[in-house]
Amino acid sequence: MDKKAYQFLKKNWPYIFAAIILILLPNLLSDFRLNLFGKFLTFAIVAIAIDLLWGYTGILSLGHGVFFSLGAYSMAMYLKLKSEELPDFMMWSGLTDLPWFWRPFKHFWVALPMAIIIPALLAIIIGFPTFRARIKGVYFSILTQALALVFSIFFIGQQPYTGGTNGMTNFQEIFGYSLSEASTMRGLYIITVIVLVAVFILSRWLISRKTGRVLVAIRDGENRLRFLGYDPSIFKIGIFALSAGLSGLAGALYVPQVGIISPSMMGILPSVEMAIWVAVGGRGTLNGAVIGAITVNGAKSYLSETFPDIWLYFLGALFIGVVLFFPAGVYGIFERFKGKKAEEKGVLSNRGETDYAAEK
Amino acid sequence: MKGYRLLTIIIAMFLVFTGMLLPESYAAEPIKVGVLHSLSGTMSISEVAVKDGTLMAIEEINAKGGLLGRKIVPIVEDGASDWPTFAEKAKKLIQQDKVSVVFGCWTSASRKAVLPVFEKLDHLLFYPVQYEGLEASKNIVYTGAAPNQQIMPSVTWLLKQNKKKFYLLGSDYVFPRTANLIIKAQLKAEGGALVGEEYTPLGHTEYSTVINKIKAAKPDVIYNTLNGDSNVAFFKQLKAAGITAKDMPVMSVSIAEDELRGIGADIAEGHLAAWNYFMSMSTPENKVFVENYKKRYGKDRVTDDPIEAGYFGVYLWAEAVKKAKSTDVDKVREAVKGVSFNAPEGKVSINPVNNHTSKIVQIGKVRKDGQFDILWSTGKPVEPEPFPALVSDKKVVAPGNIVKR
Repeated sequence: MDKKAYQFLKKNWPYIFAAIILILLPNLLSDFRLNLFGKFLTFAIVAIAIDLLWGYTGILSLGHGVFFSLGAYSMAMYLKLKSEELPDFMMWSGLTDLPWFWRPFKHFWVALPMAIIIPALLAIIIGFPTFRARIKGVYFSILTQALALVFSIFFIGQQPYTGGTNGMTNFQEIFGYSLSEASTMRGLYIITVIVLVAVFILSRWLISRKTGRVLVAIRDGENRLRFLGYDPSIFKIGIFALSAGLSGLAGALYVPQVGIISPSMMGILPSVEMAIWVAVGGRGTLNGAVIGAITVNGAKSYLSETFPDIWLYFLGALFIGVVLFFPAGVYGIFERFKGKKAEEKGVLSNRGETDYAAEK
Repeated sequence: MKGYRLLTIIIAMFLVFTGMLLPESYAAEPIKVGVLHSLSGTMSISEVAVKDGTLMAIEEINAKGGLLGRKIVPIVEDGASDWPTFAEKAKKLIQQDKVSVVFGCWTSASRKAVLPVFEKLDHLLFYPVQYEGLEASKNIVYTGAAPNQQIMPSVTWLLKQNKKKFYLLGSDYVFPRTANLIIKAQLKAEGGALVGEEYTPLGHTEYSTVINKIKAAKPDVIYNTLNGDSNVAFFKQLKAAGITAKDMPVMSVSIAEDELRGIGADIAEGHLAAWNYFMSMSTPENKVFVENYKKRYGKDRVTDDPIEAGYFGVYLWAEAVKKAKSTDVDKVREAVKGVSFNAPEGKVSINPVNNHTSKIVQIGKVRKDGQFDILWSTGKPVEPEPFPALVSDKKVVAPGNIVKR
């Protein structure tokens, strides 16, 4: 083995190890657990998307449930139209014809790109005026939270077009493979793993480049960056759109595995929860985001199965505990243990934190 | 530390020996059943009580020696008032725990969410709440009312009381919308009139504009399909606006004894509700049921229609298991057709054609003490009709087999 390959292995062995485990999981887990884990991995993609925006650029969005759900609804409509000419909820709401705007979703190669484009477009529409007007910090967070509220009320109210509170469910097949077969689920899991790895690598590449440094500069000293001649709003709009698009993609992967999407996924609560995954995992580190999404959701499933009556208290205690004792998240514990300097990795340092707080 | 280890060994040996001494019936492998309700979130206020009713039935059967000589072990899961969570937990109960049957769900949304899970894994759900109809899955046994066992008779009854002008008020989702579709068709067919129709989002609490509209429309009766907390706000504001049950009664289909505790009986006094079961019924089965429920869960607790349906659903399933002499899903599904049970509300039986339950229909008036005075009753069970001819051109020929009329 030549030296370069050895160096690569030495540096990246935890990632390679993790990837091997992910690929081997279908042989180790039961069908149900694998399906559940597949769902967690789609959440991990959202966590990466939020981390790019929050951990690296310092923009906290509390409305990512909307982007996730828009992607999910695009995919859900495709699956629905595959199984029925006219979706059942349209029938019992008195519609006799498929509305024109849903018609293109009959085709997979429209529905999948739309799952990414629609959320990204929405992010640009929201981001352009706000970032141009230099709205940031808490104000931006509140704005995105309002977005989550508006969208969930809108989707609940438009039952003939969106399925109302019920959302969309009862899908039969994808590409001719039945969604009730365990083998289809295994296939979807593998696709999710591949997409997660690709998104991870893309994000690492992005932040290791100059763009990534500009993003961190926006977080740590936006005014200084502006004096240097950069226009932060372009970068902010760009990263917001990318983050929204990736969330939409995650939503599109979520739907066939879980089999239902409803407006409850786009409300304020799930949107805040998504930010919590990143906070628990450790913001400003992509590894942390992935670990956070899997840990929180794993804990949620485990605790609710073991203590169905009181599990929410444990989950609450976990969140409070992490915020109080490990402000750098679960991944921060690893880092501290390894004695590495957090700053090098891009974890929020104490200095960065105060700067960031002062900006707000 | 050593002392602890010794203690553990002693306890372990004690358990092993007592296990050997237990009667044969308890040594047999237990029957696992799933119980899936919202124990947290907005729906928990209603669903926890239904879960309690279901668990009570299971315990009663166990106390009498179990089923087929085996003990029933309930596995409780929390749907968390979130429809995707319902689907996840249903999958978990069936695939991971390998339960024999699942009792659960309340909202139509949660039932619609788990329906594909039960159909794809070909399993069995007992659903205990009245609903809007237009469904007859072979994988669901419906122990709540179909439209013709609650909504439609109540409309006919109101028209006979000379309440001709209806104002429809509901939460904005599938149950109220479909229910009102049926009521509107019925008003047309039976000579009533619609003077207004209004939907508010789930959780809505500001009803002054709606009440002003109602005042202007001057209906004879307000037909209420609001769900959850909204009812508390609506009834309070209605009373504050000076509208009493005497001049404009409200007929509700989602307000039972349990919800009345939240609204306040003095505020809803005199208004009407249609159900299959009321806690004030005087059947001997009901006396025992209410007594046991209070003994188990507290003196101040009340029973109501969905709790009762959650309770007798377990017994109907147990009857089917006895008939099939097996807990196998396919065999039980076949055996459940036509089984009956003397429930607190009277005799209930499963309709072999559509998997719904034939049951008595009653109308009650709210009393000061939070109970209902029963004004009217069909006296005998009514056969379920999930696809009312007024709004649907379909009919059920066998569970899961729905054809054009």
